[in-house]
Amino acid sequence: MTVELGQITLLAALLCALCLGMFPLAGAAFGNRRLMSVASSAALLQCFLVALAFIILTSAFINQDFSVEYVARNSNSLLPMGYRFSAVWSAHEGSLLLWQLILSLWIAAVALFSKTLPEYYRARVLGILGLISVGFLLFIIFTSNPFGRLLPAAQEGLDLNPLLQDPGLIIHPPMLYMGYVGLSVPFAFAVAALLGGKVDSDFVRWSRPWTHVAWAFLTVGVALGSWWAYYELGWGGWWFWDPVENASFMPWLVATALIHSQAVTEKRGAFGNWTLLLAISAFSLSLLGTFLVRSGVLTSVHAFASDPTRGVFILVYLGVVVGGSLTLFAIKAPKMIQGGGFTGASRETMLLTNNLVLTVMAAMVLLGTLYPLLIDALNLGKISVGPPYFGLLFSWLLVPLVVALPIGMFSHWKQDKLNRIAGKLRWPLVVAILFGVLTLILEREVSWISAIGVAGGAWVIGGSLFYLGQVIGQNKALKLPANVIAMTLAHIGLGIFLVGLSLTSSISTEKHLRMVAGDQFEGAGYVFEFLGTTVVNGPNYIADQGEFVISKDGQEIARLFPQKRSYAQGGNSMTEAAIDPGFTRDLYVSLGEPLDDQGVAWAVAIYHKPFIRWVWLGALFMMTGGLVAAGDKRYRRKKVAAPSVNATRTAKA
Amino acid sequence: MKLSEGLSVAGHDLAMLTTAGLNMGQLKSGCLKIGWLKIGGLIFLALLLSVPVQAQEPLVFENQQMQDRFDALTFELRCAVCQNQSLADSDAPLAHDLRREIHDMMMAGQSNEQIKQFMVDRYGDFVLYRPPVQANTWLLWLGPLLMLLIGGLVLRANIKKRSALLNDTNNLENTGAPENTRKPE
Amino acid sequence: MNSRTLPLIAFALLIALLMVGLKIADRKELIPSPLINKPVPAFDLPVLGNPQQRLSNESMLGKPYLVNFWASWCVTCAVEHPVVTALANANKLTVLGMNFRDERDDAMAWLNKHGDPYDIILRDADGRISIDFGVYAAPESFLVDPEGIIVFKQTGALTPEIVQNEILPRVAAMQGGQK
Repeated sequence: MTVELGQITLLAALLCALCLGMFPLAGAAFGNRRLMSVASSAALLQCFLVALAFIILTSAFINQDFSVEYVARNSNSLLPMGYRFSAVWSAHEGSLLLWQLILSLWIAAVALFSKTLPEYYRARVLGILGLISVGFLLFIIFTSNPFGRLLPAAQEGLDLNPLLQDPGLIIHPPMLYMGYVGLSVPFAFAVAALLGGKVDSDFVRWSRPWTHVAWAFLTVGVALGSWWAYYELGWGGWWFWDPVENASFMPWLVATALIHSQAVTEKRGAFGNWTLLLAISAFSLSLLGTFLVRSGVLTSVHAFASDPTRGVFILVYLGVVVGGSLTLFAIKAPKMIQGGGFTGASRETMLLTNNLVLTVMAAMVLLGTLYPLLIDALNLGKISVGPPYFGLLFSWLLVPLVVALPIGMFSHWKQDKLNRIAGKLRWPLVVAILFGVLTLILEREVSWISAIGVAGGAWVIGGSLFYLGQVIGQNKALKLPANVIAMTLAHIGLGIFLVGLSLTSSISTEKHLRMVAGDQFEGAGYVFEFLGTTVVNGPNYIADQGEFVISKDGQEIARLFPQKRSYAQGGNSMTEAAIDPGFTRDLYVSLGEPLDDQGVAWAVAIYHKPFIRWVWLGALFMMTGGLVAAGDKRYRRKKVAAPSVNATRTAKA
Repeated sequence: MKLSEGLSVAGHDLAMLTTAGLNMGQLKSGCLKIGWLKIGGLIFLALLLSVPVQAQEPLVFENQQMQDRFDALTFELRCAVCQNQSLADSDAPLAHDLRREIHDMMMAGQSNEQIKQFMVDRYGDFVLYRPPVQANTWLLWLGPLLMLLIGGLVLRANIKKRSALLNDTNNLENTGAPENTRKPE
Repeated sequence: MNSRTLPLIAFALLIALLMVGLKIADRKELIPSPLINKPVPAFDLPVLGNPQQRLSNESMLGKPYLVNFWASWCVTCAVEHPVVTALANANKLTVLGMNFRDERDDAMAWLNKHGDPYDIILRDADGRISIDFGVYAAPESFLVDPEGIIVFKQTGALTPEIVQNEILPRVAAMQGGQK
């Protein structure tokens, strides 16, 4: 009975979105203030309705209503309560509803927190967001409806994929979608600026906090996905350059470029077109990612169920949203060069270089991801593009980026001298070389490329800290501007990430062994002793649980209990790795297959992963930097101009 | 066959019907699949997963170097069955067999190139995660470099324009003439 | 046309690619065989029913034949069974069954249950020959011409359409050429 209510609320939300999409934009076009004021109420009402629909679906899961097809496919009577919540977004239809919910929340937030924006501009921003919402709701209601009935109701559900019965599913998609969807806000700001014909540092200043928050969430969302894959999949890997992973990484790269571009446009009025294009591209890549995951065009471990109808719909949607905004860009983007001049040695130049490298990185990932499809479509063969390609090119492209980072930080705006900058960078360079050499000395098996990577990380961290020191020195009051703290945190995060990446890819140990109870393995200074397996009962599975004692220098430091689980429904089996986490290393054990019928001998995989946590720690630092930047008080200025002046100005806009 | 139709016809519960009727349980048990599984249409081929996997002893190598070489090599090869995984990670019976083949080939002294060629002769370029540099991949390998170069040239032109703009501004300031370049706030 | 329209043009190309991608999506997991127009991999295997007897690719020269890889665990093989039977009964070419990665008993039981459609069945016990043929799914069929060259491969079940449109015409061409 209630899920039909869900259908109705979605339809109502669609009507709301239509109002939100049409009236404010019409109002802005014809100067009708009544129409423009519809925006706030429509935004909030839409949010309420979508949230209601989401709650209805969630309650169907909690109550295990197997007469709802989506619930029957993704849940089971034995499924623990916690996972019943997360099962809501575990498959296509529900995850789209989550997308829509998060979009509605962002729109509501913009409606609530943008009261200081000029009226016309605000109406346009919300109107564009409304139109985006319309497309998505149409998609959900007509092709991916989670409220469909299954009659007669199933006795028992199919069960949630065991890999998804994990805390990771609870947090990774919501965080990721917060980022993905959040990029629609700077997108809307950019398109609204184009519509109004007023592309200057104003619109950039308004859109920066939104961009920072979206970027922060995207950073943590991608990092969570990586961390989850690491501990859940049992092979010690944390990034596979899978098409869907790439689909989340491309918007991140472009959003990073966007943040930096916005800094220049706000400060110096330059790069306006770059900023517009990056804002449009970031969200476009989010939509492209949605398409790739759900259309069945690419083979991926993450791909949702594909359906030609759905693929066509998203493609049309993509075409309209992105094609429309790029057409607008072609027509209305400022033709004259804007903003102040600057020389070759200046912060603007470094940031321009930064933009270029990040854009090429994103383009490279796009090229590699779609290349097999391109070749197949042209009937030129069937090839694969995988980690060897992406990893190699990404590392090369990192070099100019990493080198430029501290240079950019120390450069003055507008005009600077290379000698002066070089002088400031003496100490960071020393620190970098020091750490590089230290790495080579302390870790004998490390490759020299990794040592360079560590040096690069130290260069970035050192440069950031020295720059911070310089700012502190110049700022007697010791009250540091938020944007400097944010920048320092984020850049240090990158450095930490680089160190983790370099070390873990070079000196990790992986060993596959046959073990029986009593066997020991010695590696990387640790002794792993296998004590055998016992049978353990879980809420909806039975597992063989192994016990491993890990000691170092004769002292026991950890006990690990990896499991090989067999789920009651569907007979799926999976391995649950056991990890002893550490700041400088992870110890990781997983059970493979039993090698005999009695289950006495087992295939065991043992990993020593040094510094792997630094990869995600770096991401956390970056996220924090993004959030600190968003909280910068500079952006919370009240509307300055007097109403009459505003009216004449914005009337033209 | 829609799930609901099948239900009303057979009266079985969902799970049983799915596994028996469409072989999904068998098909995908070996391959890693995080997203939702596709159901519908007649599955026209059964991928090589349905074989009950006989547990394989981990392969043994003479020394760590050989082990590392094996790991690196199998990491670069794609499993034709579980196409989202490398030969190193895949649990498909074909992957087990191919790993054993590679092990034997390495023991027999074959080089990485020879082993890769063995794979390509049988399965095509598809099994190489590192695409070979050939006619149909030059765009892939050179594309990013070209983009960087072209971008760099555009950048240089842009900076020249900006420097000129700065000179003009400076000159104007020096002569005291009113500025007519757009100034940011 | 200026630099501001470039992004739009690039995007249009991307959409075009993705449209094509949607159309060819159902064949995205199919791997084209590199063995087409190459000599059939050498094999010398025992017959399933009578292990003393052996057959090699050399002995198959001079006439066209279809190598059909199958196993008792392969559900789809049961689906294509009628088509294979019909093809063998048509007597246009030899239909050679290649049982791989299977226990002999399981294979015999399967044949008893479904009927034996093949002219002859060989047993590739360790799967080595299937690797040489680049087999990654089941069933797979290879059409070999009298000179021992593979001219066609079908990944997945044979259907009457495929037999009608791909296999029989090629066999007819072979025989025409011979005369």
